[in-house]
Order: sequence, then structure tokens, then C-alpha cells
Amino acid sequence: MTMPKIHFGYLGLFVALLFAPFFVYPVLVMKVMCFALFACAFNLLLGYTGLLSFGHAVFLGTGAYVTGHVLKEWGWPTELGLLAGTLSASVLGLLIGALAIRRQGIYFAMVTLALAQMVYFLFVQSTFTGGEDGLQGIPRGTLLGVVDLADDQSLYYLVLAICVGAFWLIHRTIHSPFGQILKAVRENEARVVSLGFDVAKYKLVAFVLSATLAGLAGATKVLVFKFATLTDAHWHASGEVVLMTLLGGMGTAFGPVVGAGVIISLQSELADKVGSLVTVIMGGIFVVCVLAFRRGIVGEASALYQRIAGTKDIH
Amino acid sequence: MTEIFGIPIQALMGQLMLGLVNGSFYAMLSLGLAVIFGMLNIINFAHGAMYMAGAFFAWMGLTYWGIGYWWSLILVPLTVGVVGVIIERTMLQWLYQLDHLYGLLLTFGLALMIEGAFRYFYGSSGLPYSIPEELTGAINLGFMFLPKYRAWVVVVSLVVCLATWFVIEKTKLGAYLRAATENPRLTQAFGINVPLMVMLTYGFGVALAGLGGVLAAPAYAVSPLMGSNLIIVVFAVVVIGGMGSIMGSILTGLSLGVIEGLTKVFYAEASNTVVFVVMVIVLMIRPAGLFGKEK
Repeated sequence: MTMPKIHFGYLGLFVALLFAPFFVYPVLVMKVMCFALFACAFNLLLGYTGLLSFGHAVFLGTGAYVTGHVLKEWGWPTELGLLAGTLSASVLGLLIGALAIRRQGIYFAMVTLALAQMVYFLFVQSTFTGGEDGLQGIPRGTLLGVVDLADDQSLYYLVLAICVGAFWLIHRTIHSPFGQILKAVRENEARVVSLGFDVAKYKLVAFVLSATLAGLAGATKVLVFKFATLTDAHWHASGEVVLMTLLGGMGTAFGPVVGAGVIISLQSELADKVGSLVTVIMGGIFVVCVLAFRRGIVGEASALYQRIAGTKDIH
Repeated sequence: MTEIFGIPIQALMGQLMLGLVNGSFYAMLSLGLAVIFGMLNIINFAHGAMYMAGAFFAWMGLTYWGIGYWWSLILVPLTVGVVGVIIERTMLQWLYQLDHLYGLLLTFGLALMIEGAFRYFYGSSGLPYSIPEELTGAINLGFMFLPKYRAWVVVVSLVVCLATWFVIEKTKLGAYLRAATENPRLTQAFGINVPLMVMLTYGFGVALAGLGGVLAAPAYAVSPLMGSNLIIVVFAVVVIGGMGSIMGSILTGLSLGVIEGLTKVFYAEASNTVVFVVMVIVLMIRPAGLFGKEK
């Protein structure tokens, strides 16, 4: 009964996004979409596998830097640039994931944070990333040599297509047998082991998939903003994606999208008004979410909906 | 002999001493994290923020009210400890039944709030805090000049760490603490007030971080960012050592500081990352950590 309703919701949102650039500043919507993709990728780990990666920004940053570098310095075509950024994030995800899954629970979070910090320091020192200055003035290029992406409208539809495609991939992953095993790992790892599954392999595949999609988000973001800086790879960005997922609702398909929308609009709304107090507000939202609002916006909403629907059935 | 491997012995000893100073902070902070984790099952992400707040309280005390370094050494840890107790009573105590991750997320939020607030009021650049008169200058040891303040930091943190170890491992209070860590419900059934101990443990843990902050204030510039930069390295230290053993935390912290100092002499580019590299090696060889038990 509820499934078609959710699908109608997706359809409505998709139509709204198709026409959004005629009403809203497209760059802001594209930013939200990139971060929504980043948060969805992160949620695949935290919400569905129960792994809290506290260094996910490093994949966003890697995607951004590699795509930016090959587009700007090596003059690669846009499609190859996106692919290069995404695949670099996969490779890094494989390396970091293989190390991090050797520890469980809270240690996993600390290991990912520390490894991400290590890569961050490498980014600071490396010439590949432009160090403190970052990469500026990255060309967007053309799509298949036909569509000129310098135009915000054309780029918008490319970004939309990428995000919808990635969202569909995540949706399919979650509802596949593979996704069921991930959820089982989240609920009771020991039992999944005793059922004969190689849990480490499942965790690693989930980690690499999540890192890949985070890299794709970073690569796409570079096209939108035409620059890549250390901010993308900083642990603050890792914290932000945790916050988006927590606020929207962990383990819900749509929560991270809502969370990303709320946080990005809040930041762009507040940045000029309160300056560095934004960090305080973000921290405050964290505290409130953990203390009183653990299911997040989407989680609470669907719980409320089910309660109302449930009581209607009884009467 | 004035050179070792082509490095002047003066420079080598100087960096070794700096490494020991850094290591003292790693030791104090990872010790606090370990004690808190043992009792509360929470990784205190706000630990770095508490350390930073400690340094700032010392600076504020001196600048606004003329409270000197020596009084700060006592008053600041107490203040930070009280702040910790308030945080534990109002927020953390609701999380003990939940997944460990929520504790990490809540304290991360707190860290952002504290850091953001100090950055809002004092900016990101460092504020100077001068070394107290009694500890300025250096002692000539013949082969090197030993700055008095650095020696003082190492001695104080060693004494505090060893005292903490002694209290936890060798006294009756420590026995209660260890019992409550092992099995809180059974310990409470024996008539020991476990919630009170949990509260005081958190207060004590963050007070240690606050004391670290006061010690750090004259050694480094007082800046809102000093805590978050440190806490990530301390997390790596904790992963390397494992949180199972008090003495393990102390030894791991000190030795990683020394390793970092030596790296600065021999290959300065890697000095930022060497602790993380050690962590990678330990994860590959001994995933549970040097002093950890695999659970």
C-alpha cells in the first residue's frame, strides 16, 4: 500500500527538480544535489551497514582534486575527468576500507578519521592539489563534445542525471540480497558470521561503493563550482555529512537528501549573518538530534504517518 | 662527539625534548579518553575542546582577573571538571543505554559548539601566554640547553599520569572504579553509588584535559583550533595503544611524541603524518592495538 505512495513522492520530486532551474538559482540546487549524493553514499555505510566513517570527506576531496587536476592541467574531456575522480576515490576507499574494517565499532570511526587526516596532510603538502591555494578556474568542458557545460542550465541537467542515476543505484543496492546482508550485519554481526557469510568482504564492498559515490559527488561538485580546495577534504566536511544523515534520518532512503537540503540552505542563509557562529549552530543541531531526535526528519515523519494510518485502521 | 648520523646532537636533543613535551600531552589526553571510555562507554570527542578551553580559561583568568599561572594550574582543571559534570548530568547520562556511536556524535556536536564559540569571540589566530617567571630560561646540561618550561611540562604530566595509574590500579577507590567498569549492575548491588562514580569519572577525565590546556598555554599559542588538531592525533594514539590499559596509554602517548620528534629531525616532511603511519602498521600487524584485548 505505501510503496506506490513513496514512488509518487519520488516522481513529484523529480518533476520539481526538472523545472527547478527556471525558478531557483541553479548553482544552489546543484550544490544541494551534490551534497545529497554525498550524504546518500555515506548513509549506505552508516544507515544500512552500521559503520560510522568519520573521514568520508576525504573521498569527496579526492574526487574533486583528481577531476579538477585532469580537467585543468591535463586537458582531459569532462566525462573522463568525472570517471578519473570517481575511480580514484574507489581506490582510496579500498585502501582505507581494508585497514579500517580490521577494527569494530567506535574504533572504526577513529581509524577512518585518523586515516582521512593523514590523507588531508598529504593534500596540504602535495603540488598536485595546489596546497593551500587549491585548484582554481577549472574548465567545465563539453558533454560528448556537443553540449557546452559552461551554461548553468545545461550543467544542471547533467548533475541531475548523475544524482538520479546514483540514487537509483543506491536504491537497488539496498533492496538487493547484498543489501539485506548489509542490514543483517548492522543488526547482528556475529549472527551473520555464524550463518557463514564473509562479513569483512561485505563491509569492504559497501565501503568501496560508498567511497566511489562520495568521489562522484566530489567530481560533480568541481564541475559546478570550478574549484577544488582543502575544505572539501577537511574533517569539518566529514562531520557535516554525518550531521546531514543524522538530521534527515539514518537508514532511510530519502533522509540524507532532506538533511543535505536543510543543512545547505541553512548554511547559505546564515553564512553572511552570523559568521563563525554557524559552527555553533551546527553543533547545537547535532546535540539536539542525538538527545531528542534520533530518527531524524524522515524517520519521525514516517513514524508519525504510520501511527496516524494505524489508528485510522482500528477505528 | 657532537653529531649522530650527521645530525648535531644539540638539534637532536632539542627535538627529542619537544617530542617528549608533545608526548606528554598525548599521554594525558589519551589517558583521560581511556578512563572515560572505561566507565561511560563513550569516546569523548569534546576532549580536544576541553583542552582548548583549559588553555583559554588560563588566558582569560590572567587577562581579565589577573589570576596567575600557578593558581590557574589548580582552578582551571576544577572549572573544566565542573563543566564536564554538568555535561554528564544534563546530556551524556541519557545515552548510556544506546549505541556507542551516539556518544561520539553528541560530544562531536559539543566540540563544534565550544570551538565555534571561542572562534567567534577570539578569532582563529593564536593569543600569547607568557611562561611564568620561575620557569623561564634554560639549564645548561653540558651537551644541550634544557628549557625549564619544557622540563616542567614533562615532569608534571608524568607525575599526574602516574598518580592516576596508582589511584586506579592500587587503591580501594580504584578497585571500585575497575569493578564498576567490569560490571556496573553488580557493583551497584554491592552498595556502591555507580552513577556518582560515572559522573566524577567524566569530570576527572575532562579536568585532565583542562590541566593539559593550562600546561600547553605557555608552550604553544592559545588558539581555538589547538584542540581539534590535537584530538585527531590522540585518536590515532588511542587506536595504536588500545584503551584496555592505563599504563599502555601513558607509554604509547609518550613514545609517539618521541617518534614524532625524531621524524622532525630526520625527515621533516613526514612529521605530520608519522603517527598515522604507525597506526597503519599497528593495524596491519596487531589490529587490537599494542595493549588492547580483542573483544
